[in-house]
Amino acid sequence: MKQFIRFGFLALLTVGATGTGVALAGDHRYTAPSPTVKAECGSCHIAYPPQLLPARSWRALMSGLDKHFGADASLDPQTAATITTFLEQNAGRERSFSALPVLRISETRWFVHEHDEVPGTVWKSLKVKSPSNCAACHSNAEQGDFNEHNVHIPK
Amino acid sequence: MRRSPIFPLAAVVAFAITASALAETPADVQRSFETAARQEVAGFSGFSAQRGAAFFKTTHGREWSCASCHTQNPTATGRHAKTDKPITPLAPAANAERFTRTDKVEKWFRRNCNDVLGRTCTASEKGDVLAYLMSLGK
Repeated sequence: MKQFIRFGFLALLTVGATGTGVALAGDHRYTAPSPTVKAECGSCHIAYPPQLLPARSWRALMSGLDKHFGADASLDPQTAATITTFLEQNAGRERSFSALPVLRISETRWFVHEHDEVPGTVWKSLKVKSPSNCAACHSNAEQGDFNEHNVHIPK
Repeated sequence: MRRSPIFPLAAVVAFAITASALAETPADVQRSFETAARQEVAGFSGFSAQRGAAFFKTTHGREWSCASCHTQNPTATGRHAKTDKPITPLAPAANAERFTRTDKVEKWFRRNCNDVLGRTCTASEKGDVLAYLMSLGK
Protein backbone atom coordinates (compact mmCIF):
# COMPACT_ATOMS: atom_id res chain seq x y z
CA MET A 1 0.00 0.00 0.00
CA LYS A 2 2.79 2.36 0.97
CA GLN A 3 4.52 1.59 -2.31
CA PHE A 4 1.29 2.26 -4.20
CA ILE A 5 0.93 5.70 -2.63
CA ARG A 6 4.53 6.48 -3.46
CA PHE A 7 3.90 5.48 -7.09
CA GLY A 8 0.82 7.70 -7.22
CA PHE A 9 2.76 10.63 -5.84
CA LEU A 10 5.51 10.14 -8.42
CA ALA A 11 2.95 9.92 -11.22
CA LEU A 12 1.37 13.18 -10.06
CA LEU A 13 4.79 14.84 -10.00
CA THR A 14 5.44 13.67 -13.56
CA VAL A 15 2.11 14.99 -14.81
CA GLY A 16 2.80 18.30 -13.05
CA ALA A 17 6.23 18.58 -14.64
CA THR A 18 5.10 17.88 -18.20
CA GLY A 19 2.09 20.14 -17.80
CA THR A 20 4.02 23.35 -17.15
CA GLY A 21 3.46 25.86 -19.88
CA VAL A 22 4.21 23.67 -22.86
CA ALA A 23 1.97 21.62 -25.11
CA LEU A 24 -0.43 19.12 -23.63
CA ALA A 25 -0.98 16.31 -26.11
CA GLY A 26 -4.58 16.28 -27.29
CA ASP A 27 -5.24 19.78 -25.97
CA HIS A 28 -3.50 21.50 -28.89
CA ARG A 29 -2.39 24.48 -26.88
CA TYR A 30 1.24 25.34 -27.55
CA THR A 31 3.97 27.70 -26.39
CA ALA A 32 3.15 31.31 -27.30
CA PRO A 33 5.91 32.98 -29.32
CA SER A 34 8.46 35.20 -27.56
CA PRO A 35 8.28 38.89 -28.62
CA THR A 36 11.27 38.45 -30.98
CA VAL A 37 9.78 35.34 -32.57
CA LYS A 38 6.41 37.03 -32.94
CA ALA A 39 7.96 40.12 -34.56
CA GLU A 40 10.32 38.28 -36.91
CA CYS A 41 8.42 35.09 -37.80
CA GLY A 42 4.95 36.55 -37.46
CA SER A 43 5.09 39.28 -40.12
CA CYS A 44 4.28 37.22 -43.21
CA HIS A 45 2.55 34.28 -41.54
CA ILE A 46 1.57 33.50 -37.96
CA ALA A 47 4.51 32.58 -35.75
CA TYR A 48 3.94 28.83 -35.93
CA PRO A 49 4.24 27.06 -32.57
CA PRO A 50 7.70 25.52 -32.10
CA GLN A 51 6.14 22.15 -31.17
CA LEU A 52 4.84 21.67 -34.72
CA LEU A 53 8.23 20.68 -36.15
CA PRO A 54 11.18 18.73 -34.72
CA ALA A 55 14.50 20.48 -33.96
CA ARG A 56 16.13 19.05 -37.10
CA SER A 57 13.49 20.72 -39.29
CA TRP A 58 13.76 24.08 -37.51
CA ARG A 59 17.54 24.05 -37.91
CA ALA A 60 17.20 23.34 -41.65
CA LEU A 61 14.64 26.15 -42.04
CA MET A 62 16.68 28.66 -40.09
CA SER A 63 19.79 27.95 -42.17
CA GLY A 64 17.95 28.72 -45.43
CA LEU A 65 15.98 31.88 -44.63
CA ASP A 66 17.28 33.72 -47.72
CA LYS A 67 15.25 31.24 -49.79
CA HIS A 68 12.24 30.68 -47.57
CA PHE A 69 9.51 29.00 -49.67
CA GLY A 70 10.10 31.41 -52.53
CA ALA A 71 10.69 34.55 -50.47
CA ASP A 72 13.70 36.22 -48.87
CA ALA A 73 13.18 36.07 -45.11
CA SER A 74 16.83 36.58 -44.15
CA LEU A 75 17.71 37.88 -40.68
CA ASP A 76 20.79 39.33 -39.02
CA PRO A 77 22.89 36.51 -37.46
CA GLN A 78 22.20 37.51 -33.85
CA THR A 79 18.40 37.52 -34.23
CA ALA A 80 18.54 34.26 -36.18
CA ALA A 81 20.56 32.61 -33.38
CA THR A 82 18.09 33.78 -30.70
CA ILE A 83 15.14 32.40 -32.67
CA THR A 84 16.88 29.10 -33.47
CA THR A 85 17.54 28.54 -29.76
CA PHE A 86 13.87 29.20 -28.91
CA LEU A 87 12.69 26.80 -31.64
CA GLU A 88 15.14 24.05 -30.65
CA GLN A 89 14.29 24.28 -26.96
CA ASN A 90 10.56 23.97 -27.62
CA ALA A 91 10.61 21.73 -30.70
CA GLY A 92 8.29 18.78 -31.14
CA ARG A 93 9.52 15.22 -31.28
CA GLU A 94 10.91 13.72 -34.46
CA ARG A 95 8.26 11.58 -36.19
CA SER A 96 9.81 11.29 -39.62
CA PHE A 97 11.99 8.40 -40.71
CA SER A 98 13.13 10.25 -43.80
CA ALA A 99 16.79 11.12 -44.25
CA LEU A 100 15.79 14.68 -45.13
CA PRO A 101 14.04 16.92 -42.58
CA VAL A 102 10.40 17.87 -43.25
CA LEU A 103 10.29 21.63 -43.92
CA ARG A 104 6.58 22.26 -44.25
CA ILE A 105 4.37 21.74 -41.20
CA SER A 106 1.54 20.86 -43.61
CA GLU A 107 3.61 17.93 -44.92
CA THR A 108 4.18 16.27 -41.57
CA ARG A 109 2.26 13.04 -41.09
CA TRP A 110 0.80 14.55 -37.93
CA PHE A 111 -0.68 17.54 -39.81
CA VAL A 112 -2.12 15.39 -42.59
CA HIS A 113 -3.75 13.08 -40.04
CA GLU A 114 -5.20 15.93 -37.97
CA HIS A 115 -6.74 17.54 -41.08
CA ASP A 116 -7.97 14.43 -42.90
CA GLU A 117 -11.61 15.45 -42.34
CA VAL A 118 -11.18 18.86 -43.99
CA PRO A 119 -12.59 18.80 -47.56
CA GLY A 120 -10.37 19.98 -50.42
CA THR A 121 -12.73 22.84 -51.22
CA VAL A 122 -11.99 24.45 -47.84
CA TRP A 123 -8.24 24.67 -48.54
CA LYS A 124 -8.91 26.36 -51.86
CA SER A 125 -11.58 28.78 -50.63
CA LEU A 126 -10.75 32.49 -50.89
CA LYS A 127 -10.81 32.91 -47.13
CA VAL A 128 -8.27 30.13 -46.52
CA LYS A 129 -6.13 30.04 -49.69
CA SER A 130 -3.28 28.05 -48.17
CA PRO A 131 -2.67 25.50 -45.39
CA SER A 132 -0.13 28.03 -44.03
CA ASN A 133 -3.05 30.30 -43.12
CA CYS A 134 -3.76 28.63 -39.74
CA ALA A 135 -5.68 31.63 -38.39
CA ALA A 136 -8.32 31.28 -41.13
CA CYS A 137 -9.89 28.45 -39.11
CA HIS A 138 -7.98 28.36 -35.80
CA SER A 139 -9.24 31.67 -34.39
CA ASN A 140 -6.63 31.91 -31.62
CA ALA A 141 -3.70 30.49 -33.60
CA GLU A 142 -1.58 33.59 -32.97
CA GLN A 143 -1.56 32.74 -29.25
CA GLY A 144 -0.62 29.09 -29.85
CA ASP A 145 -4.19 27.89 -29.23
CA PHE A 146 -5.18 25.18 -31.74
CA ASN A 147 -7.83 23.59 -29.53
CA GLU A 148 -10.63 22.00 -31.54
CA HIS A 149 -13.27 24.05 -29.71
CA ASN A 150 -11.84 27.19 -31.28
CA VAL A 151 -11.96 25.96 -34.88
CA HIS A 152 -14.33 27.93 -37.14
CA ILE A 153 -14.19 27.01 -40.80
CA PRO A 154 -15.06 30.18 -42.79
CA LYS A 155 -18.03 30.04 -45.14
CA MET B 1 29.52 63.72 -0.42
CA ARG B 2 29.11 65.92 -3.50
CA ARG B 3 28.34 64.09 -6.65
CA SER B 4 29.94 65.23 -9.86
CA PRO B 5 27.46 67.15 -12.03
CA ILE B 6 28.94 65.35 -15.04
CA PHE B 7 27.10 62.10 -14.29
CA PRO B 8 23.48 63.27 -14.69
CA LEU B 9 24.48 65.32 -17.71
CA ALA B 10 26.13 62.30 -19.34
CA ALA B 11 23.03 60.21 -18.60
CA VAL B 12 20.77 62.76 -20.26
CA VAL B 13 23.01 62.95 -23.34
CA ALA B 14 23.23 59.14 -23.56
CA PHE B 15 19.45 58.87 -23.28
CA ALA B 16 18.93 61.49 -25.97
CA ILE B 17 21.30 59.67 -28.32
CA THR B 18 19.62 56.31 -27.68
CA ALA B 19 16.13 57.78 -28.07
CA SER B 20 17.01 59.48 -31.34
CA ALA B 21 18.49 56.23 -32.70
CA LEU B 22 15.27 54.39 -31.90
CA ALA B 23 12.65 56.97 -32.76
CA GLU B 24 13.16 58.44 -36.19
CA THR B 25 10.72 60.06 -38.56
CA PRO B 26 10.13 59.20 -42.22
CA ALA B 27 11.83 62.54 -43.03
CA ASP B 28 14.97 61.39 -41.16
CA VAL B 29 14.99 58.13 -43.11
CA GLN B 30 14.54 60.07 -46.34
CA ARG B 31 17.52 62.31 -45.47
CA SER B 32 19.75 59.26 -45.05
CA PHE B 33 18.59 57.94 -48.45
CA GLU B 34 19.40 61.33 -49.92
CA THR B 35 22.95 61.27 -48.51
CA ALA B 36 23.45 57.81 -50.01
CA ALA B 37 21.87 58.78 -53.34
CA ARG B 38 24.22 61.79 -53.69
CA GLN B 39 27.16 59.40 -53.44
CA GLU B 40 25.51 56.95 -55.82
CA VAL B 41 24.53 59.28 -58.65
CA ALA B 42 26.54 62.20 -59.95
CA GLY B 43 24.23 65.21 -60.28
CA PHE B 44 21.45 63.79 -58.09
CA SER B 45 18.44 66.05 -58.54
CA GLY B 46 16.06 64.94 -55.81
CA PHE B 47 13.57 62.14 -55.34
CA SER B 48 10.36 61.83 -57.32
CA ALA B 49 7.05 60.61 -55.90
CA GLN B 50 5.88 59.98 -59.44
CA ARG B 51 8.85 57.73 -60.24
CA GLY B 52 8.31 56.03 -56.88
CA ALA B 53 4.64 55.33 -57.68
CA ALA B 54 5.53 53.76 -61.03
CA PHE B 55 8.27 51.67 -59.42
CA PHE B 56 5.89 50.55 -56.67
CA LYS B 57 3.02 49.55 -58.90
CA THR B 58 4.77 47.65 -61.69
CA THR B 59 6.64 44.36 -61.79
CA HIS B 60 10.34 44.23 -62.53
CA GLY B 61 10.75 41.06 -64.59
CA ARG B 62 9.45 38.82 -61.82
CA GLU B 63 6.12 37.65 -60.46
CA TRP B 64 5.60 40.26 -57.74
CA SER B 65 5.52 44.04 -57.54
CA CYS B 66 5.51 45.98 -54.26
CA ALA B 67 1.76 46.35 -54.81
CA SER B 68 1.25 42.55 -54.93
CA CYS B 69 1.25 42.57 -51.13
CA HIS B 70 0.90 46.28 -50.24
CA THR B 71 -1.89 46.79 -52.84
CA GLN B 72 -2.18 49.62 -55.37
CA ASN B 73 -3.25 51.83 -52.46
CA PRO B 74 -0.54 51.77 -49.74
CA THR B 75 -2.77 53.64 -47.28
CA ALA B 76 -4.95 50.50 -47.14
CA THR B 77 -4.28 47.21 -45.37
CA GLY B 78 -2.39 44.80 -47.61
CA ARG B 79 -2.30 41.02 -47.76
CA HIS B 80 0.68 38.72 -48.18
CA ALA B 81 0.54 37.33 -51.72
CA LYS B 82 1.26 33.80 -50.52
CA THR B 83 -0.07 33.41 -46.99
CA ASP B 84 -2.86 36.01 -47.13
CA LYS B 85 -1.84 37.42 -43.75
CA PRO B 86 -2.96 41.06 -43.36
CA ILE B 87 -0.16 43.64 -43.68
CA THR B 88 -0.68 46.98 -41.92
CA PRO B 89 -0.68 50.04 -44.23
CA LEU B 90 2.71 51.17 -45.54
CA ALA B 91 2.07 54.90 -45.98
CA PRO B 92 3.18 56.86 -42.88
CA ALA B 93 -0.04 58.92 -42.94
CA ALA B 94 -2.06 55.75 -42.37
CA ASN B 95 0.39 54.00 -40.04
CA ALA B 96 2.58 56.08 -37.70
CA GLU B 97 4.96 53.18 -37.05
CA ARG B 98 6.19 53.03 -40.64
CA PHE B 99 9.66 54.37 -41.48
CA THR B 100 10.55 55.17 -37.87
CA ARG B 101 13.36 52.64 -37.46
CA THR B 102 16.26 52.46 -39.88
CA ASP B 103 17.10 48.83 -39.04
CA LYS B 104 13.53 47.74 -39.85
CA VAL B 105 13.40 49.83 -43.02
CA GLU B 106 16.67 48.36 -44.28
CA LYS B 107 15.64 44.80 -43.39
CA TRP B 108 12.42 45.00 -45.41
CA PHE B 109 13.96 46.77 -48.41
CA ARG B 110 16.72 44.11 -48.43
CA ARG B 111 14.24 41.22 -48.41
CA ASN B 112 11.53 42.68 -50.59
CA CYS B 113 13.80 44.15 -53.27
CA ASN B 114 15.35 40.71 -53.57
CA ASP B 115 11.90 39.17 -54.03
CA VAL B 116 10.61 41.82 -56.43
CA LEU B 117 13.75 42.67 -58.43
CA GLY B 118 16.19 39.88 -57.66
CA ARG B 119 18.72 42.45 -56.40
CA THR B 120 19.15 45.16 -53.79
CA CYS B 121 17.46 48.51 -54.45
CA THR B 122 19.52 51.62 -55.02
CA ALA B 123 19.23 54.55 -52.62
CA SER B 124 17.53 56.47 -55.44
CA GLU B 125 14.85 53.79 -55.80
CA LYS B 126 14.25 53.62 -52.06
CA GLY B 127 14.05 57.42 -51.84
CA ASP B 128 11.59 57.59 -54.75
CA VAL B 129 9.35 54.97 -53.13
CA LEU B 130 9.45 56.76 -49.77
CA ALA B 131 8.71 60.08 -51.51
CA TYR B 132 5.65 58.44 -53.06
CA LEU B 133 4.51 56.94 -49.74
CA MET B 134 5.00 60.25 -47.92
CA SER B 135 2.95 62.03 -50.60
CA LEU B 136 -0.14 59.96 -49.78
CA GLY B 137 -2.75 61.40 -47.44
CA LYS B 138 -4.89 59.55 -44.95
